[in-house]
Amino acid sequence: MFGKLSWDAIPTSEPIVMYTLAFVGLMGVALVGTITWKRKWGYIWREWFTTVDHKKIGCMYIIVALVMLLRGFSDAIMMRTQQAMAASGGPGYLPPEHYDQIFTAHGTIMIFFMAMPFVAGLMNVVVPLQIGARDVAYPFLNALSFWLFVVGAALVNISLGVGEFARTGWVAYPPLSELGYSPGVGVDYYIWSLQISGIGTLLTGVNFFVTILKMRTEGMTLFKMPVFTWNALCTSILILAAFPILTATLLMLTLDRYLGMHFFTNEAGGNPMMYVNLIWAWGHPEVYILILPAFGIFSEIAATFSSKRLFGYVSLVWATIAITILSFIVWLHHFFTMGAGANVNAFFGIMTMIIAVPTGVKIFTWLFTMYRGRVRFETPMLWTLGFILTFSIGGMTGVLLAVPGADFLLHNSLFLIAHFHNVIIGGAVFGYMAGLTYWFPKAFGFRLNDRLGRISFWCWIIGFYFAFMPSYVLGFMGMTRRLNHFDNPEWRPWLMLELLGVGIILCGVAAQLLQLYASIRNRHRYRDLTGDPWDGRTLEWATASPPPFYNFAEQPRVDDLDAYWGMKERGISTLLHTDYRSIHMPRNTSMGLVISVFALIASFALVWHIWWMVIAGFLAAVASMIVRSYDDDIDFFVPAEEVARIERARIKDLAEA
Amino acid sequence: MKRTIGYCLGYLAASFLLAGCNLIIFHPKGDVARDERDLIVLATGLMLLVVVPVIGMMFVFAYRYRATNKKARYSPRWASSHKIEAIVWGVPFLIICVLGWVTWQTTHKLDPYRPLDSDVAPLNVEVVATDWKWLFIYPDLGIASVNELAMPVYTPVSFTITSDGAMTSFFIPALGGQIYAMAGMQTKLHLIANEIGQFRGIAANYNGKGFSDMHFSTRSLSGADFEAWVASVKRASQPLDQATYAKLAKPTIKHPITYYSSVQERLFLNIVDKYEGMNKANQSRQARRDDNLERTTQQPGLIAEEHQ
Repeated sequence: MFGKLSWDAIPTSEPIVMYTLAFVGLMGVALVGTITWKRKWGYIWREWFTTVDHKKIGCMYIIVALVMLLRGFSDAIMMRTQQAMAASGGPGYLPPEHYDQIFTAHGTIMIFFMAMPFVAGLMNVVVPLQIGARDVAYPFLNALSFWLFVVGAALVNISLGVGEFARTGWVAYPPLSELGYSPGVGVDYYIWSLQISGIGTLLTGVNFFVTILKMRTEGMTLFKMPVFTWNALCTSILILAAFPILTATLLMLTLDRYLGMHFFTNEAGGNPMMYVNLIWAWGHPEVYILILPAFGIFSEIAATFSSKRLFGYVSLVWATIAITILSFIVWLHHFFTMGAGANVNAFFGIMTMIIAVPTGVKIFTWLFTMYRGRVRFETPMLWTLGFILTFSIGGMTGVLLAVPGADFLLHNSLFLIAHFHNVIIGGAVFGYMAGLTYWFPKAFGFRLNDRLGRISFWCWIIGFYFAFMPSYVLGFMGMTRRLNHFDNPEWRPWLMLELLGVGIILCGVAAQLLQLYASIRNRHRYRDLTGDPWDGRTLEWATASPPPFYNFAEQPRVDDLDAYWGMKERGISTLLHTDYRSIHMPRNTSMGLVISVFALIASFALVWHIWWMVIAGFLAAVASMIVRSYDDDIDFFVPAEEVARIERARIKDLAEA
Repeated sequence: MKRTIGYCLGYLAASFLLAGCNLIIFHPKGDVARDERDLIVLATGLMLLVVVPVIGMMFVFAYRYRATNKKARYSPRWASSHKIEAIVWGVPFLIICVLGWVTWQTTHKLDPYRPLDSDVAPLNVEVVATDWKWLFIYPDLGIASVNELAMPVYTPVSFTITSDGAMTSFFIPALGGQIYAMAGMQTKLHLIANEIGQFRGIAANYNGKGFSDMHFSTRSLSGADFEAWVASVKRASQPLDQATYAKLAKPTIKHPITYYSSVQERLFLNIVDKYEGMNKANQSRQARRDDNLERTTQQPGLIAEEHQ
């Protein structure tokens, strides 16, 4: 009746897991209780769960990303503690079967359920505003993408309490991830959480590709688009081209595991090397999916806080396009050690180095944007400077790893770990934090507490250097990744330093949580009535904070880069119209959530082989899609009087500011 | 900002003082590892040519053009300069050209499949990674050992590597780079020890529960000591035949060092063929040739080409 599922699936013998579950359960009860007590369920359902508004969907993406950041970071703390404890030959406190799940979950969560939703969230909040649009091209699809992503995140978290997660590492190389070596449900949780959220990501890619190409306001040609939008466009192209590879690869692994096929097994002509190639053919573009939006964020921030035009816009755009294309022909550098010939290795090594050229150009453009500017060291700018410093180091170690002869010594070592945390934290995460601080007032209408933001930045950057620079050294000392315990006292001081670094980062994360709490509590004090708190340059700052649900009462006309800066210079305000017209908007729908709930039921049943439930969940999801496609009442017109009322309130606010 | 720089510098200084001579990668015990180390140093040096100015410029620009410094020139519309753009595209491009050339040369020179240049005839070793131990078969000597690898100093060693389980990576950091061990396939690696000593060998790619304990000791011995070691292995109580191997291949963690006085013929190839993987498809062709030695020295990469 319930497939492989039984009461034994709950890890009652693991006290760490049980305490975590108890804690999460208490928090959940407290949250549900508070919402019920304040009678907010109706509000949450109407305004958030059923919304198709890109700004609200973006905010929800970022909220989930932050929650998953806490989960992934807890995993990191546990791993570092284990390594520091087990450095002198002892077993530590985490046995391998638990530890191996933690490092797999850490990687999977941080990439798929922290970084990806952060990217999707920022793109959602910012891109339609930057191009002067009223929403994305497919608002319902956008809501569906979000809820499918939530299903993936939910599955990963369910695996904590029911069953287990994969013990394979975050890219789940076969044959280790095949049934013969991983008979449990861990890999199945991995597969289905990635598949379902991957569909969401792919749909997001489609949505933003079309939105950016078709929905730009009048006068905004491609080469007048803000740089963040350019990066979002290239990211969407990468998603469109790369995610189908992931879906197909995981599907083949699924067929191996569920139907006894032999795509990647050792036996019967299967070939694990094929999987390694395919997963990185997706995986390398994926890292650019994470970093390109961050590059876009830094470009916006560098120009805004230097009060100056971005240097070399055209160079920067072409550099972005070059990176987009090159990122598809470098995947083999993840496995120079698999035994390809010298010609193949050298080709992929050199291709990888070539990416360093456009990336270097980008760094120079940010530097020359500051040159002859008036640099204001607000928190987003601090993140940007921290990024330039850290990312330069990470980029350098990356090029070093691209030299096959050097990679043979450094591959799979902690040097590699240090490198990719150097670029993912120092590049992508710093970018997301900068973006969060920068656009938070736009999304919510009040600024974040500045002092706590600065504390958080300094903790993050100092903690980062303590937590990962020793890894470079440990790599040179011959320490491999994913070790559970080892007998090498020489490593111990470095591992203790790393643990100290993790502690400092923890202070940074705590400061961020406190910052959110303090800012929300004192939101009236931090209120931004102008809609333009940073003296911005692009269109998102031309409307109110938070923007009305239709974004712009009249879509602005653009004739230059830095459209809003130009308007301010010429003293033309887009706001003072008298003849408001009615606005065509999409209607809210719960169908995205409904379809996703059925997808969750079906995928959970797939993990546990509960076939009747798989069929029921799948049919219900398909039926919901059919019902939705027959729904004609999907849009409405906001009457002109309503627009006029909202805009008059805004003008009154502006006068007060 | 200044305080962070202070932290970083102090920290780096402390790192170097503390690290002392423990950096295996920087103290190679063999030619291959030495060449690879030199390559790391050269490539890093080349990149520092651009990275150091970038970091310097960042601090200088940020400080000089701070908003409070009204004396600095402010050109809010200045946003392009062909001269600067030529430099920022050109300089990284030139460095990458040099580094690319270095990469092409060294990738061929340090190709793990390329036999080392030496007057001494190489020692052949067949390596099997099983869950979670390393089996070394010496086909020329007819002996085998588990979790201990011995080699005469100044003698090139030619490894032929496979796995009888999940994929992992065969790595002796003091002697040179690694190569993956994969079931149903053979990979090659050539190393040499230029010093007598004992070095750590590891599984460098995670392959399951016993991964952390899957290491072996590598003993680089003088000629006479190696002879003595071979003799002691030959005195071992048990031979390695198919049945003993089947028992050995069962998953174990921290398997003790074990010697086998003799090895059944074709054992290594049987382990490879067991999986009917990539190489099995070519076996009808291979079988006709049926030359064990030739097959073990064959590169799997070449088989496919030959097939066309």
